[in-house]
Amino acid sequence: MAELAPYGSRLTPYVAVLRSRMRSQRAYPLSFATDLFSSLLIGVVEFAEMWLIYHNVTALGGLNSTQMLLLFGLSNLSFALAQIAVGHTDTLATYIRMGTLDAFHLRPQPLLLQLITSDVSLRRLSRATVAAVVLTAGLIGNDIDWSPTYIVLAVSSTLSGIAIFAGLFVCAAGLQFHLVDGSELTNSFTYGGSFAAQQPSAVFSGPLRALFGFAIPVSFVAYLPTIALLGLPGPAWLPAGLAWFGPLAALWVWIMALTLWRIGVRHYQGGGG
Amino acid sequence: MNTVEVSELTRQFVLRRSRRGRRGHVREVLTAVDSMSFHIESGSAVGYIGANGAGKSTTIKMLTGILVPTSGTVRTCGLDPVRRRRELAGRIGVVFGQRSQLWWDLPLRESFTILAAIHRLEPAAARRRTDELVEQLEMGHTLDTPVRQLSLGQRMRAEIAAALLHRPELLILDEPTIGLDVLSKQRLREFLRRERADSGTTLLLTTHDMGDIERLCERVLVVDHGRLAYDGTLPGLARTVGARRVLVVDLARPSDDLTGLAGATLLAAEADGMRQRLAFDPEITTAAQLLAAISNRVEVRDLSIEEPDIEDVVRRIYSAGDGTAPALSGAGAVARGTIPGGGLESAAERPGEQGVQDTAEGGAAGVEDAAQRGATGVDDDRNHASTSL
Repeated sequence: MAELAPYGSRLTPYVAVLRSRMRSQRAYPLSFATDLFSSLLIGVVEFAEMWLIYHNVTALGGLNSTQMLLLFGLSNLSFALAQIAVGHTDTLATYIRMGTLDAFHLRPQPLLLQLITSDVSLRRLSRATVAAVVLTAGLIGNDIDWSPTYIVLAVSSTLSGIAIFAGLFVCAAGLQFHLVDGSELTNSFTYGGSFAAQQPSAVFSGPLRALFGFAIPVSFVAYLPTIALLGLPGPAWLPAGLAWFGPLAALWVWIMALTLWRIGVRHYQGGGG
Repeated sequence: MNTVEVSELTRQFVLRRSRRGRRGHVREVLTAVDSMSFHIESGSAVGYIGANGAGKSTTIKMLTGILVPTSGTVRTCGLDPVRRRRELAGRIGVVFGQRSQLWWDLPLRESFTILAAIHRLEPAAARRRTDELVEQLEMGHTLDTPVRQLSLGQRMRAEIAAALLHRPELLILDEPTIGLDVLSKQRLREFLRRERADSGTTLLLTTHDMGDIERLCERVLVVDHGRLAYDGTLPGLARTVGARRVLVVDLARPSDDLTGLAGATLLAAEADGMRQRLAFDPEITTAAQLLAAISNRVEVRDLSIEEPDIEDVVRRIYSAGDGTAPALSGAGAVARGTIPGGGLESAAERPGEQGVQDTAEGGAAGVEDAAQRGATGVDDDRNHASTSL
């Protein structure tokens, strides 16, 4: 059989799938609008919740209500963007049941990349928008001593935050190979992580602080960058200077994610699982 | 050259069952595929048959890199399917009958476009290939329908087109005709024959439908409890399990029952003995000898011979498989003693398995039989279609 050079770039397959996913979401405008609206509502309610808490106390974990805007904005923006890109990986159990994962095996791309690019949840854009608005308000409302390094910090923190949450979604997917009906448990990983990220880590006691600071390092998503930008010192174990290590935290999450994914795939294929 | 080479292939699954009323689990090892060895020559068409749970799908998953073998080796298109899965994916096409590889919410046309991109086919060539498949599989009118709205038959044709889009060397079909009506089955088979003739594609097919095997495959592998129970031709399989043929004679005058003929058993006499059906074992006597013996007694006006029903043949193999039957290969290799129910009497005891059977019991047997032929006869390759003189 004549071997033809493959057409297009390595990205061609992923782009084709993603474009079709976007088209299919637009194909049902009413349902897409409803989804957008409900996702907006979730974002607003989450914010209202935080606002109410901070409205009733003068400060929580060393942050007042204006400073909280930064914390909320950073954590929610990162989470929402990660969710748009890879949030559907927590449907892996369904993919396994439907045989979609078997179909992935029959295509010449890596399984994880196929899973990640198998969908894109545009409806969560509205939640990201809410978070972006809150973050902007926080950046303007707080007295930040802006310098180029702070801009770098804000941008790298957001990107690391997205990577950390994306990695957590992949961890959750890797675990679902073992717990086919375990999306409840893995949700605690992802959504729980998001919840923990939007709390000031100073409120956590020792073990929890270690957990969210280093094991599942969601403190790097929002809390550490927030106190660094505000020039606050930070609690024990989590000094503000750690904020610069966001990319390292993201790397750590992805090492865990890829390991769990690999173990999961091995388990599925049955070799040493 | 062999497209598939399987040697001592074994796959075990560990099941953990909870014990009633106690804590903990019982660990059970299930051997789905048990040291299986076979080759599939490039360009050949092989039917892979076996009861549910016999290990067919497990084998296919190991051939395609979805499952890792517990032990033994697999080479598909010369590649280790697990380690070189991505390369292999470009060279094989696979259809799992009950699972879709299409995008359910998109028009069919788009699934083809995406798959072409996934296999990185050059767009113009991909379009030509799509048009070709669409025309041959008569899918033109369904191209703009979302996949979820397709009928089962339409979807199956679409799945097969999707699997063939990148011109694979090996096409693996896992129960492609399941749930299809007779006409759809027939069209699908015709297409597959043409495709193989044109492209020389190697075909591996699992099915419960013997018509698929008869029409498409020159060789059958029978798997039973994870072991290869038979490897050879389809007629050879029938011979191996000692299936009987049935001679139907129409007589000039009403006669007594034709009993006491060597090597034959009377199944039924109809219309005052004007039509009599006799089962005989081709290993013991021939149709000609039997006919001669009958002609000595009565005047025969017409006759026909019914070939063994393959489903019955396979059923015998399955019912024989109590796990102790040795894995054998080659036509005639299965020891006859290991197949219970090989005798005529025991076959006649199983109700409703075969047209012959129904005829023997039914009062208006001829009508019933005719109705049965009508049901299966559209699919012109059934064994009931008899050879009339």
